[in-house]
Amino acid sequence: MAQVQEFEKALSNSETSVAAFDEHGTSIVKRIQHFLHSTPAAVPLIVLVLSIAVFGVTIGGRFFSSYTLTLILQQIAIVGILGAAQTLVILTAGIDLSIGVIMVISAVIMGNCAVTYGLPTLLAVVIGLAAGGACGLLNGLLVAYMKLPPFIVTLGTWNIVMATNFIYSANETIRDADVDVQAPLLHLFGLNFKIGTAVLTFGVIAMVVLVLILWYVLNHTAWGRHVYAVGDDPEAAKLSGIQTKKVLISVYTLAGLIAAFAAWVSIGRNGSISPSAAVTDYNLQAITATVIGGISLFGGRGSILGTLFGAMIVGVVSMGLNMLGADPQWKVLLTGVLIIGAVAIDQWIRKVSV
Amino acid sequence: MTQEPILTARGLVKRYGRVTALNSCDFDLYPGEILAVIGDNGAGKSTLIKAISGAVIPDEGIIELDRKQVLFKSPIEAREAGIETVYQNLALSPALSIADNMFLGREIRKPGFLGDWLRMLDRPAMEKRARDKLTELGLMTIQNISQAVETLSGGQRQGVAVARAAAFGSKMVIMDEPTAALGVKESRRVLELILDVKKRGLPIVLISHNMPHVFEVADRIHIHRLGRRLCVIDPKQYTMSDAVAFMTGAKLPPEAALAA
Repeated sequence: MAQVQEFEKALSNSETSVAAFDEHGTSIVKRIQHFLHSTPAAVPLIVLVLSIAVFGVTIGGRFFSSYTLTLILQQIAIVGILGAAQTLVILTAGIDLSIGVIMVISAVIMGNCAVTYGLPTLLAVVIGLAAGGACGLLNGLLVAYMKLPPFIVTLGTWNIVMATNFIYSANETIRDADVDVQAPLLHLFGLNFKIGTAVLTFGVIAMVVLVLILWYVLNHTAWGRHVYAVGDDPEAAKLSGIQTKKVLISVYTLAGLIAAFAAWVSIGRNGSISPSAAVTDYNLQAITATVIGGISLFGGRGSILGTLFGAMIVGVVSMGLNMLGADPQWKVLLTGVLIIGAVAIDQWIRKVSV
Repeated sequence: MTQEPILTARGLVKRYGRVTALNSCDFDLYPGEILAVIGDNGAGKSTLIKAISGAVIPDEGIIELDRKQVLFKSPIEAREAGIETVYQNLALSPALSIADNMFLGREIRKPGFLGDWLRMLDRPAMEKRARDKLTELGLMTIQNISQAVETLSGGQRQGVAVARAAAFGSKMVIMDEPTAALGVKESRRVLELILDVKKRGLPIVLISHNMPHVFEVADRIHIHRLGRRLCVIDPKQYTMSDAVAFMTGAKLPPEAALAA
């Protein structure tokens, strides 16, 4: 080995504990910060439990019944599924403003194929899923190959898909009764079963199962790790040999596909299929659930379980305020507070290494 | 040297518009050596290294690895051929764990149904190999292999990046300014790391502006000037000021070095 440089000789007397971690100085706050850093779904879970407790105490048994709690789950199923799709996109440091209208156009296509054209219902569902996936693929291609910012791409496709939806459907609603007679399979996720006073729909089960599958995929497969890596530092991911373009395209396509699946669930919940649902702010609700769930808008951080908790928090708060007879605007106000709080906590947790 | 070079490049040309970054440049790397590449800013060092590591496709010229001509279209292809690069920005994902980072892009899957059908990662195997590799390079002051890379110090991150390259590089390792962002103590650690990697038989290409570091570890020094190899010198026969003089054009290199 070559000789040590003259100025480095002083090093031999220096402390050798260079890389040891300074443990004794850690306060309880630091330890909490570290815990939250390694368990990103903890914050929304704590907030969820707290909000259930607060409303449980103020409203009493009426709120704290399995009937009410499962009713909340039924109400959030659609937003929860859309939130799962949104989570995938936001993990890559993108955003998808078009998933709400992708869901609506997929529902309209499923309904038209099954009811108006008289195709077998299963085929109609497949066509609807394919349409949603195709919209997502378009987003993905524009983001990955044209290198346009996801916000702009999906702002554009939001309008394009919404207009296509109205032109294609002539804004005609497909009635609940017609769906029931000709394509009962479309109402599959509206079916419910009771366990005591708890009422669960297949839509709720689908949401929970979907989130669990995505959780597995994101944490225990190479593709999932690549989604995080691309969102974290795209340049580093590319140099590490990840095909970032393929990852982005697959994420947007999958988001479109999940949005189309949400369409099927929404037919079950709403009964009828209305193209004018396209003006509902499903996008913002899904983004809200994702952000409150602790998914960082800067990409690469957060757990999809958090999104599920985030959607539940919104559901619990709105149900609780309803039962208290509060002005519905209070729910909107509180949602705003939760969003800002969630992002503030995210920023704080990110500083863990500094 | 009587040995066959492991990697040779002849007549590499790369133009960016009207700028010629590489002007019929040659390059040789021999087995088991540390070859330093030095040159002024804009001399074309980075382009040369990128051409070898697959990040840039040269317009002309040939690169031979083990006497077989290769043409890398991406860094992935170079990696598959056994050429690992430690980039200046390290190319680590801060939020992922040490083990995940070391295996990023070449994960190990569980055997059987779990891996083939459910695509499940074999975390224990990846963590074990990552731990072995870090221990081998004396980096086990990193305690928890599943901690996020962003919780590590600069030197430790560099260590993880070097360990990753050493773990997977079968032919050679390229290191771009490995000590540029580090303090005195951490630089020393990284230099020892480089010598450790060399001891295990892997040749290393070291790009650095730090003359003392270059003269300390390098076996040969490739001096790059105006887009081509000016000369190759032996650090034992020349001083740092000679090298700087050659590199900036203040002094002409001796004929013997030109032929090398």
